[in-house]
Formats: sequence, C-alpha cells, structure tokens
Amino acid sequence: MDIRVQSAPFDPGQLLSEFTANQDKAGAIVTFTGLTRDLGGTLATMEIEHYPGMTEKALTEIATEAQTRWPLDDVLILHRHGALKPTEPIMMVATASKHRKSAFEAADFLMDYLKSRAPFWKKEVTADGANWVAAKDEDEVALQSWEQ
Amino acid sequence: MKIDVLYFAWLRERIGESCEVIETSAATATELMEELRALSPHHAAAFADISSLRVAYDQELADFDTPLGDTREVAFFPPMTGG
Repeated sequence: MDIRVQSAPFDPGQLLSEFTANQDKAGAIVTFTGLTRDLGGTLATMEIEHYPGMTEKALTEIATEAQTRWPLDDVLILHRHGALKPTEPIMMVATASKHRKSAFEAADFLMDYLKSRAPFWKKEVTADGANWVAAKDEDEVALQSWEQ
Repeated sequence: MKIDVLYFAWLRERIGESCEVIETSAATATELMEELRALSPHHAAAFADISSLRVAYDQELADFDTPLGDTREVAFFPPMTGG
C-alpha cells in the first residue's frame, strides 16, 4: 500500500511505471487520474485544503477497506493539496489484482470513498472571485451503493 | 478540560481562525458548538446551520452527539470535496 499526500506535482505515467514495476503477482492494474477542470477557461487556480494527519489516516482506512473487500495485490493513492493550475493532475489511484474485475471495482470504490470521506476541500479561484466547491448529493448516493 | 478546536475551508474563513484552544466541560460536539457560538458573531454565523457541517474527534469522523470522552482535538468542517 502506498499513500501519498503532497503539494508537489506528479507525473501519472511515471507513477504508473513505478507501481507496475513493484508488482510480481498481479495480472491487472487499473488507474484513475483526476485533473483540475478549467471551467471553460475561467479557472485561475484550484486551491485544495486538507487536514494534515487525518487525511493520511482516512486514505489508509479507505485503502485497507478496499483490500478487505477485493483480493488486491497492491493499492496506491496519491492526492495533492495546495494551489493547482487548470488541467494539472490532482490525484491518482491505482489498484493491482490477479484479475481485472476486482481491480476495476476497487478503483471505483476508492474514488467514491475518497470524494466524500477524505478531508479535502476544493476552492475555485476565478477572475470573479473565489468559491468553495459544494459537495454533491450524488457523491453521497454513490457511497451508499457500496454499503448495501 | 482543554480541547484543540480546528476549523477548515469556509468555516475557517468565517471564523477567522484555523485553531483555538477551548476550556470546556461540553460532553458532545453539539454542546461544544453551543459554547463556540457564544464566542463571537463570526462563530455564531459559522455554526448557524449544522446540517452543512461535519465533525471529527481526534481525526476520526464522528456524530455531533457522540460523547467527547477524552478527545483532545475536535475539527469542524463542511462536507468534504476531494477527488
């Protein structure tokens, strides 16, 4: 398991290469990379605040839960904080498993959980001012679908 | 008891502080919020609508009525928007 919370930019391709090189039993790797949207060209900066300490704990708990639900060989979660430019990678998850189904499902699960259960808050800064991104009801609904 | 109270995102901006040490006898986050509301108009405004807030005890999500017990750090924040 590899959990990283950082302000520094990262290269998704390089991260995938490193993750892949660490696997010796897996037959499938699934990754998801989140990018900052540019809001039709109006976004100046996306500021991501987090709760140091709790962030790492929450991400570790979410990854551990994924490992109990699916037979995973490895899990990676990287999430950035600080000021990001439009189209920059914000975060990435990677899952490695023997078969693709569990790798896909676990990656989907990780995304749903970290959107609403990991302490990050996004603020969009545009020429018109700054605006905290509101949580979406559909994100909470997505979470509940895993509880059943 | 002394509790470190932390605020994040728009809650931090409205209150104008990211952290304050509070001497309290509150048994739950709900009781603690009652005391915090009395500190300033900023606090009162920030805690006006708790349906838009979440709370963590010692860095674990909690319910507002969970007993604080020997919790040392209480964080209040809006719903999370990671990913």
